[in-house]
Amino acid sequence: MSVTTDNNDLSLRMAGHFRDIEPGLAKGSPEILNTHRKKAFRDFVAQGIPTRKSENYKYTNLQPAFSREYQFLHEKTEKEFHLEEVFKCDVPQLDTHLVTILNGWFYQEADIKGILPENVILESLEKVAVMKPELLKVHYGQLADTEADPMVALNTAFARDGYFLRVPKNTKVESPIQIISLLQSDCDTYVTQRNLIVVEPGAEVTLILCDHTLNLHNYLSNSVTEIFVGENAVVNYYTVQNQHNNATAVNSVYVHQEQNSQANTNTITLHGGLVRNNLKVILAGENGEANVYGMAFLDRKQHVDNFTQLVHAMPHCQSNQLYKHILDDESTGAFSGRINVKRDAQKTNAFQRNNNLLLTDKAQMQTKPQLIIEADDVKCSHGATIGQIDEDALFYLRSRGIEEKQARLMMMNAFSYEVVQNIKVEPLRDRIDELIEKRLRGDVARCHECAYQCDC
Amino acid sequence: MEEQDKLLHEVTQREYQFGFYSDIETEIIDKGLNEEVIRIISAKKNEPEFMLEFRLNAYRRWLKMDMPDWAYLKIPPIDFQAISYYAAPKKKPQYDSLDEVDPELLETFNKLGIPLEEQKHLAGVAVDAVIDSVSVKTTFKETLAEKGIIFCSFSEALQEHPDLVKKYIGMAVPVGDNYFAALNSAVFSDGSFCYIPKGVRCPMELSTYFRINAANTGQFERTLIIADEDSYVSYLEGCTAPMRDENQLHAAVVEIIALDRAEVKYSTVQNWYPGDKEGKGGIYNFVTKRGICRGVSSKISWTQVETGSAITWKYPSCILMGDNSVGEFYSVALTNHHQQADTGTKMIHIGKNTKSTIVSKGISAGVSDNSYRGLVKVLPGAINSRNFSQCDSLLMGDKCGAHTFPYIEVGNKSSIVEHEATTSKIGEDQIFYCNQRGISTEDAIGMIVNGYAREVLNKLPMEFAVEAQKLLAISLEGSVG
Repeated sequence: MSVTTDNNDLSLRMAGHFRDIEPGLAKGSPEILNTHRKKAFRDFVAQGIPTRKSENYKYTNLQPAFSREYQFLHEKTEKEFHLEEVFKCDVPQLDTHLVTILNGWFYQEADIKGILPENVILESLEKVAVMKPELLKVHYGQLADTEADPMVALNTAFARDGYFLRVPKNTKVESPIQIISLLQSDCDTYVTQRNLIVVEPGAEVTLILCDHTLNLHNYLSNSVTEIFVGENAVVNYYTVQNQHNNATAVNSVYVHQEQNSQANTNTITLHGGLVRNNLKVILAGENGEANVYGMAFLDRKQHVDNFTQLVHAMPHCQSNQLYKHILDDESTGAFSGRINVKRDAQKTNAFQRNNNLLLTDKAQMQTKPQLIIEADDVKCSHGATIGQIDEDALFYLRSRGIEEKQARLMMMNAFSYEVVQNIKVEPLRDRIDELIEKRLRGDVARCHECAYQCDC
Repeated sequence: MEEQDKLLHEVTQREYQFGFYSDIETEIIDKGLNEEVIRIISAKKNEPEFMLEFRLNAYRRWLKMDMPDWAYLKIPPIDFQAISYYAAPKKKPQYDSLDEVDPELLETFNKLGIPLEEQKHLAGVAVDAVIDSVSVKTTFKETLAEKGIIFCSFSEALQEHPDLVKKYIGMAVPVGDNYFAALNSAVFSDGSFCYIPKGVRCPMELSTYFRINAANTGQFERTLIIADEDSYVSYLEGCTAPMRDENQLHAAVVEIIALDRAEVKYSTVQNWYPGDKEGKGGIYNFVTKRGICRGVSSKISWTQVETGSAITWKYPSCILMGDNSVGEFYSVALTNHHQQADTGTKMIHIGKNTKSTIVSKGISAGVSDNSYRGLVKVLPGAINSRNFSQCDSLLMGDKCGAHTFPYIEVGNKSSIVEHEATTSKIGEDQIFYCNQRGISTEDAIGMIVNGYAREVLNKLPMEFAVEAQKLLAISLEGSVG
């Protein structure tokens, strides 16, 4: 889809910045990353920073975020503190392999090699690109299409670091891998993060991604993750987003599935200034299964845009999409989900549902569920609702002696639990459920255990 | 039932039956588009000054616009300079009775089955026939005039009721609304005008028949319907074109304005030439249709059966401004061979307690692409609004596509919006059931499709419903197997 550029000034400024730093970028980073830069930059210039005139960014306005002045971090800086001291994961009894990303750069806190099964690589992308470029060569940049999205183009042009994960054949990683992405800086900062996950045939892995901001500066983070799921492999990919009101986050995740593979993703947005989640799943082998879930609970002027594409390229695949939004105060939400069944992808089962609750008259929801079907022997459906709690159900509860406030809470809790229940890591599921319940009840004013009160 | 079967059988044997070409002397101005051409059109039609201004304003805006590319359509480049923007049957002068009308022309309408002749007056339909975008004959004018209803060609309205035209033209579809609406506003040649006065219930169906006849011309007609307070009108529109190898352009605008408690029902059976089996020729149909429910408790209902055109780009919409106003959209869109359709509706809820219903049935066969694209927008002030949308797609064959692109935007908490869509194919078991009762596969498909589309066909006035059923069967011919 074409992107109109009437925001020339901002795009030009970005382009100018790239030209300034390009020689330095090229010198400092490995060849494999450099080979993609030029084309990505050209694609960005052709498209410009997305505006609301662009069909794909119709409901998310990135202009205000881009019009600020940012510091760019094209070099890794020495960390001046211990991350364990400033940030502690507050999910009790969660046993994970922990890795930290600060402002898009990979920092390893402790030696995790001994804990992870043999031959599993969890490393800095840059480091792998230098040491073992052959690991990246086949996969890097293969899914993230720089022509289709200017934000992906921008990411590819600026890409320096992020994490790289490789799970070898028939290896099962028992406890989940937790990747904490933190944003902390002493001024407004633009962050680029580039990740690559390769799960080889028969392997199984669970990832928990936690996005946090550590202070109140404006952040614009643009991350791209490419995930390759081999034959018979299973990947669980859970994202928990908890950033403050000044943060703008654009996350693009691409999943490529081979035969008999399974991918389960769950994107929980608990807090965030402006969040855009792009997710594209390509079912490229027969009997693949993709379960894509998402939930957002927003208040004040926050905005979330979940943008999913499910491509059924081969026959006999199955996909489920379920996205729910609860919008309070003046928050706005958008959902754009697309099921694309390619010609000859017969016997496809593809289902999509999007339910939204508006709690106030100032909250707004925009939804765009789409079906593009080119094969005839398929079962596809989508449904979308925007509204309030079912009055009949409420009446039912009240007629059984439950007071209205309590009944409403129960209904809202049940509403979100349909998404949360799909998280297979029990401590995480319980924790999220608890957080949502507290939010609904109003116990926790805003963010949970948040040191700074971002009433901005 | 038996008669219906016979009818179905009869029509399935035929290909596009309106593909004849009438040898009528036509007056065509040179190809090309510039301000001079617009001045010529305006002068030829002896239009008031404000109309020329309106056209030039639209043209200047059109120059600055780009052809829309967001639709799920492959539109070959259109050379707007290779089209003649005015073609009219030469023997234009006013006719007092049908005897004076060019016999060739009468023959054309007879072939189309349009009840122009006296005896057909009994059929009770007032017709405004538009051929190559010039209104040829309006029937029943006197009967309608008694009730104060104005139903005439657009040119006539400009001469006799310029104040009404000036007040309402561009109200629903402003000149700069979109690329094709701007083009139409600049060059439209004729169309129908209809005004229903306060408290009048129009006693008969009003109808317009459009036909493109001359080669290399574009048809740009404009319809304006104004329903004053407490009035009611049901309006029908039908279209056909001859078979030609080249593609022809049709870019129409329809505007409906409904005031307090008025109700307008607009039905379309669109059967422009769809091109041959290889996708050669056919009409490019780019239409802007929009109604405004300005008054309280007003209602606008669109019903469409779209079977023709090589490319259809059409979104009949309702702007629900008045409190308690109602908008409806019922559509059957069928594509076969190489046809492409991107059609749907927009429902903009502005007033309180407004309601809208969308029922869309898409059928794709051959190697065609059929898309539903619709917007339901509830503004923050439109409290207690309600929308229900249902979009079903039926796929026949493994090379066609069915797509759904709904846009739903809700700005308050008291409104409820629901959308559901399904895609499926005709079940083998259904066909088998019919086969074992002695019904051939082709007839069975015709029956199943008609049953599938019944919900929409039921909304059509009687005469049209029969025609629509026939059309569905014709268009599907050869898609079996």
